[in-house]
Amino acid sequence: MAMNRVYMDANATTPLLPEVLAAMRPWFEEKFGNPSSIHFNGQQARSAVDHARESVAGMLSCRPAEVVFTSGGTEGDNLALFGILRAGGVLQPGDHLITSSVEHDAVLHAAQHLRDHGIEVTFLPVSSDGVVDPGDVRRALSAKTKLISVMMANNETGVLQPVSEIGKIAQEADVYFHTDAVQAAAKIPLDVKAIGCDLLTLSGHKIHAPLGTGALYVRRGTQIEPLFFGGLHERHRRAGTENLPGIVGLGKAADLAVAALEAGIPAKIAALRDRLEARILENVDEAGVNGGGAPRVCNTSSMWFDHVEGEALVIALDLKGLAVSGGSACQSGATEPSHVMLAMGLSEERARSCVRFSLLKSTTDDDVEFAASLVPGTVARLRDLSPVYAKNVAVSADGGESHGRK
Amino acid sequence: MAESKNESKKIAIAMSGGVDSSTVAAMLKAEGYDLIGLTLQLWNQRRLAGKEGMPEQVQGRCCSIDDVYDARHVAEELGIPYYVVNQQDRFERDVVRPFVSEYLAGRTPIPCSLCNNHLKFDQLLLTARQIGADQIATGHYARNEYDPERDRWILKRPADTAKDQTYFLFGLTQEQLSRTLFPLGDYSKPRVREIAKEAGLSLAAKPDSQEICFVPGGDYKRFLEAYLEEQGETVPDSSGDLVTASGEVIGQHEGIHHFTVGQRKGLGVSSPTPLYVLQIDPASHNVVVGPETDLATETMRVRQLNWISIPALTGDMRVRVKIRHRFEPAWATITPSGADEVLVAFEEPARAVTPGQAAVFYSEDEVVGGGWIV
Repeated sequence: MAMNRVYMDANATTPLLPEVLAAMRPWFEEKFGNPSSIHFNGQQARSAVDHARESVAGMLSCRPAEVVFTSGGTEGDNLALFGILRAGGVLQPGDHLITSSVEHDAVLHAAQHLRDHGIEVTFLPVSSDGVVDPGDVRRALSAKTKLISVMMANNETGVLQPVSEIGKIAQEADVYFHTDAVQAAAKIPLDVKAIGCDLLTLSGHKIHAPLGTGALYVRRGTQIEPLFFGGLHERHRRAGTENLPGIVGLGKAADLAVAALEAGIPAKIAALRDRLEARILENVDEAGVNGGGAPRVCNTSSMWFDHVEGEALVIALDLKGLAVSGGSACQSGATEPSHVMLAMGLSEERARSCVRFSLLKSTTDDDVEFAASLVPGTVARLRDLSPVYAKNVAVSADGGESHGRK
Repeated sequence: MAESKNESKKIAIAMSGGVDSSTVAAMLKAEGYDLIGLTLQLWNQRRLAGKEGMPEQVQGRCCSIDDVYDARHVAEELGIPYYVVNQQDRFERDVVRPFVSEYLAGRTPIPCSLCNNHLKFDQLLLTARQIGADQIATGHYARNEYDPERDRWILKRPADTAKDQTYFLFGLTQEQLSRTLFPLGDYSKPRVREIAKEAGLSLAAKPDSQEICFVPGGDYKRFLEAYLEEQGETVPDSSGDLVTASGEVIGQHEGIHHFTVGQRKGLGVSSPTPLYVLQIDPASHNVVVGPETDLATETMRVRQLNWISIPALTGDMRVRVKIRHRFEPAWATITPSGADEVLVAFEEPARAVTPGQAAVFYSEDEVVGGGWIV
């Protein structure tokens, strides 16, 4: 029995585009080579890597030599944090790192590890809409501050951080600034000079390139300690034979992302996302959008549904053909509710009730219609069976406060 | 059975990654049901790994990554949707914490019954219904039938009495029973393994699990210490005297949680005749010891009752009583003796009645009901 399936979990991963696969295919079939080899095969491979590096540099408005290919977002974030704070080979206890409380685990857990090894770390709070106050960044600065790491767009809510302002503060203070742009890439234009960052993380599979690919922008002149030791690849910044087909795929995906931005695709996706939210809120009470009052990337909607377990809602929707997520895919199975939602001031109960819809650039009107028609009934079933909800309705029937569904 | 009839019925299967629940999935799949596989993630085995006295590497038991892997693999083999439902908070609150508190209070808890009452047949059933299933099926060895004459769901002992798990299921409500299937009730364990093999399940020969799922190696004392250390607490000092029934002090002990009624080993005193723990007094920290003959009890009180084959106990009833999982049911008369309490009078004195354990009442092969020994 074939079921209609709609995928709204682009922030977890995106499908490989046919054009990307086509660009990679020769490197699995007729062509091969180690880019470090002197001979024809090596030269052919080297030039493919160079072209891909130019494409990624084009996407970021940086020099090709400033692009380091990695295995993905987690490696990029770790290379940035450890690379700066371990520059010269060892951590200097007392050095200071400023980051936010809503970072992806790849930054958050790296920062916690650094803190456990003597680095002072400030985790900045966010507003109820999930936004870091640049004034807080300024106030957190000290003579020992070495690095600021604040993400560009949050993976759970899509909320955009004021990275350009933070970049200015970092430049004035002569402190390195890293931004995790994994969830911003291909959704808004990226210009490392406009952002004012020294390091910027990209992940391939979030922009229709293959899993296991990514890049870290490292501004010229920035000394970073590598994570891996080996050959002299990537200008001593990342040892290991290049993942040639993956890098070619990432280059192609970067070109396609730039073209899509120029074609105005984000505005179309934003309109679909806004319609999805409006349709759901019309038909579901006691629900809302996380970070709805802040600027957000076009494709992401994090919604809370009181008296609902987000986990059960995700399963129920999946069984009906809609793929969404309870938050960050990297955190499924965790005991604690999302640190992002808690940092935004949600109660534990509400934080557990959140579901993330993240649209692909191929998402259609029909897909939105399907999701918008599915969610209200599914939420209603979950609430009807919830002992907590039943109690609330009973209380409100006596107390007069409206609590029921429409 | 007609496939078309079963196809419309959606059943969630509680999959532990063991042979029993996996075989249930294979059996119901063959009967054409629309299935959803669910595994409760209840405990992180790595939490206490490597703490004093705890194994560094925990081998696969309930909720280990290996078991989730096995359950997912079976679901894939059978082609059914499968999800892991995270209930670690609730498990800790409703099972692990009470388990620790009971031991510290000198009682001997059964976490499996608490888990069945609070997690498997409450939370899991709720989740199953929320995601569109009408019923859940589990790999328990028990039988469950609706009796129209009494208008009640009746829980019965299974065909394989050696595997009987009804002792752990006495807390099920009529509502829960009406939504639960125990497809293994009519089969023997060897037959279940054969069915698993016939169905091509790769784990057909996987060994059974026996111990408490969250206590690796079964050493509950080490677990208590490691858990309390993790929580930033210490084991309260409950050291005290070993005394005889007449009050004579014959030795000292390091804490009442080291003892359970009926225990003979590890008392640390020598005596011409073997001594057994007769009673644990959480107030004075006295552990009363004596000869085996003094372990026999004629009566006991049972509270927090749940009735299954009867709506309530209104007068005397002659039943057979199980006071431990591995215990030949003993004849007794049960009498209401207060609000939510019955007095159990054994016909032959019962050995080592242990506070904290469940007492389950049987009439023939039916579970009449049960409660907790006080």
